[in-house]
Amino acid sequence: MKTKEYKYELRLYIAGKTAKSQTALANLHRYCEEYLEGEYKIEVIDLLVKPQLAEGDQIFAVPTLVRKVPEPIRKIIGDLSNEEKVLVGLNIRPAIKN
Amino acid sequence: MPKENKKDKKTSFHTQIAKTLTGITGLDEITGGGIPTGRPTLVCGEAGCGKTLVSLEFIVRGALEFNEPGVFMAFEEKAQELAMNVGSLGFNLEQMQKDKKLKIDYVHIDRSEIEETGEYDLDGLFIRLGYAIDSIGAKRVVLDTIENLFAGLTNQGILRAELRRLFQWLKEKGVTAIITGERGDGPSLTRQGLEEYVSDCVILLDHRVINQISTRRLRIVKYRGSIHGTNEYPFLIDEDGISVLPVTSLKLEKEVSSARVSSGILALDKMLGGHGFFKGGSILVSGTAGTGKTSIAACFANEVCNQKKKCLYFAFEESPNQIIRNMHSISIDLKKHVNNGLLEFHASRPTLHGLEQHLVAIHKIIKKFKPSAVVLDPITNLITVGSVSEVKAMLIRLIDFLQEEQITVMFTALTLNTVVSEQTDEGVSSLVDAWILVRDIEFNGERNRGMYIMKSRGMKHSNQVREFIITDKGIDLVEVYLGPEGVLTGSAREAQKLHEQTGQVLRTNAVSMKDREVMRKRKVLEAKIASLQSEFESAEEELNKIYIEEELVKKVSEENRQAMLTMRRGEGASAGKKGGK
Repeated sequence: MKTKEYKYELRLYIAGKTAKSQTALANLHRYCEEYLEGEYKIEVIDLLVKPQLAEGDQIFAVPTLVRKVPEPIRKIIGDLSNEEKVLVGLNIRPAIKN
Repeated sequence: MPKENKKDKKTSFHTQIAKTLTGITGLDEITGGGIPTGRPTLVCGEAGCGKTLVSLEFIVRGALEFNEPGVFMAFEEKAQELAMNVGSLGFNLEQMQKDKKLKIDYVHIDRSEIEETGEYDLDGLFIRLGYAIDSIGAKRVVLDTIENLFAGLTNQGILRAELRRLFQWLKEKGVTAIITGERGDGPSLTRQGLEEYVSDCVILLDHRVINQISTRRLRIVKYRGSIHGTNEYPFLIDEDGISVLPVTSLKLEKEVSSARVSSGILALDKMLGGHGFFKGGSILVSGTAGTGKTSIAACFANEVCNQKKKCLYFAFEESPNQIIRNMHSISIDLKKHVNNGLLEFHASRPTLHGLEQHLVAIHKIIKKFKPSAVVLDPITNLITVGSVSEVKAMLIRLIDFLQEEQITVMFTALTLNTVVSEQTDEGVSSLVDAWILVRDIEFNGERNRGMYIMKSRGMKHSNQVREFIITDKGIDLVEVYLGPEGVLTGSAREAQKLHEQTGQVLRTNAVSMKDREVMRKRKVLEAKIASLQSEFESAEEELNKIYIEEELVKKVSEENRQAMLTMRRGEGASAGKKGGK
């Protein structure tokens, strides 16, 4: 599992189990299942547990979704409620709608 | 927040609010002990006015001098850039980071990388900051420049709410924070109105260019619950960091000394009641070009050093070597004092800095060298970098400072016109304690120097105009000749002296001639008297002779008549009897 290369490696930074982070996580799972099935990996980082990680990815707002792979790194902040924006932000073409 | 403020205000009436020393030279004096502890302070100003440096110095000084580690959260510059920028000031940020005294956290915000969708908050920032603070036990925090968030994020509503929360959070953390903000175009202090959130202490920095010369200034716009200096204070960024100068002392409560300092010119000391200037006094030497102002100043400096006291010489016109060489020609050896470390020259062109920066620089040098006398030669050149009123204001502050330190100061000033005005060009004559005027006296085809004391507070002084001569042996004063033809100096004075000497000789000669004449007259008269005397005697004799002759004639005729009577007898006898009757 660890060695497997995914097309999309995503990281979601949250700060505790707040309503916003729950919404964001749920939204993210939904979009990924819909558009990137089997091609993605999601890593959730709780900054309350690991605050030292915030600096590395230049996190200042939560929740923040970071697309590590493919390059370049993209960041989407907010609860990811706007599907269109998230997909454009992650550079995922909504295949079905094409 | 307003509620909180009310509470703060209330408590501050009872107790002086706690303050944290910034360690920045002068700033702690203006703020009366630093910025409020455990609260955010806003430092704002235009681009390039030194906000980052002020805040960074606050952190560095805190870590080095007060053992208070600090976190510097940079939104503009990366840690390495910052370290390089302040490396020239002698701050080794990398070493300090290794020593856990400092943590620089660079927050990179790039709009092109970021997409916003839906609700979010800045907890990430809070966590980062909190983590940084906790990791080194920071007491001081700087956010430079948090307004960059506004450039990176579009949702202003969230941002503003979050900023409010951030400052509240900082207060709860109990860290002393500096937040920097760039000044906008409008009337507000910062572009995003940060002053709304940070209302305890606001410091405004300014960078103005007047007549091509820039001056940095600092002003405390507000400081809740504390007394503070309200003026604009110039500050200087140099190799030691920032120095702010709290220059205008509001009170005139200086210590005064009645000790005297010799001017180095014996005759001048005599004119000043015999002892010279007051210690800690200010002396102005003004005069037209080439009247020997610098020589007087050098003479004074020499005398101070001869007394084994320190003297600082600020030269705005000549280089130190030039002065030393020139003064050597009138047998004032300044070189030996320089070698002994008693005399220090500081030569700079007035246009090097603005006036205020000159003042700050002078201040710093004086604080470092601790001289007992200072010479500024000449102050007139400062006019080139400021207006008369500015120069005056600067000199007031300089004199104030020097008097507080009990340092005697001598200014030289060039008067441009030959007419002696009651006011020097810098308008400082009213400020100084003693004013010596050196002027040209042009007469009889030559130019000589005259000197007099225009004023000298608190001592008896001569009102004479003296001729001021510069010889190989030094400076001396001689009395000028005040004759019916006016003031005579130089060779005219010498000629007059000779003239007087000749007159003296002639007069004595004339007197002896008159004496002889009198003698002669006396002799003549005496001779005359003698001749008259003899004449009188002869006349008297003559008169006596006639008288005797008459007597004789009478006697003889009587005898003859008697004889005739006797001859006639009888008849003659009776006749004789009758005749005898």
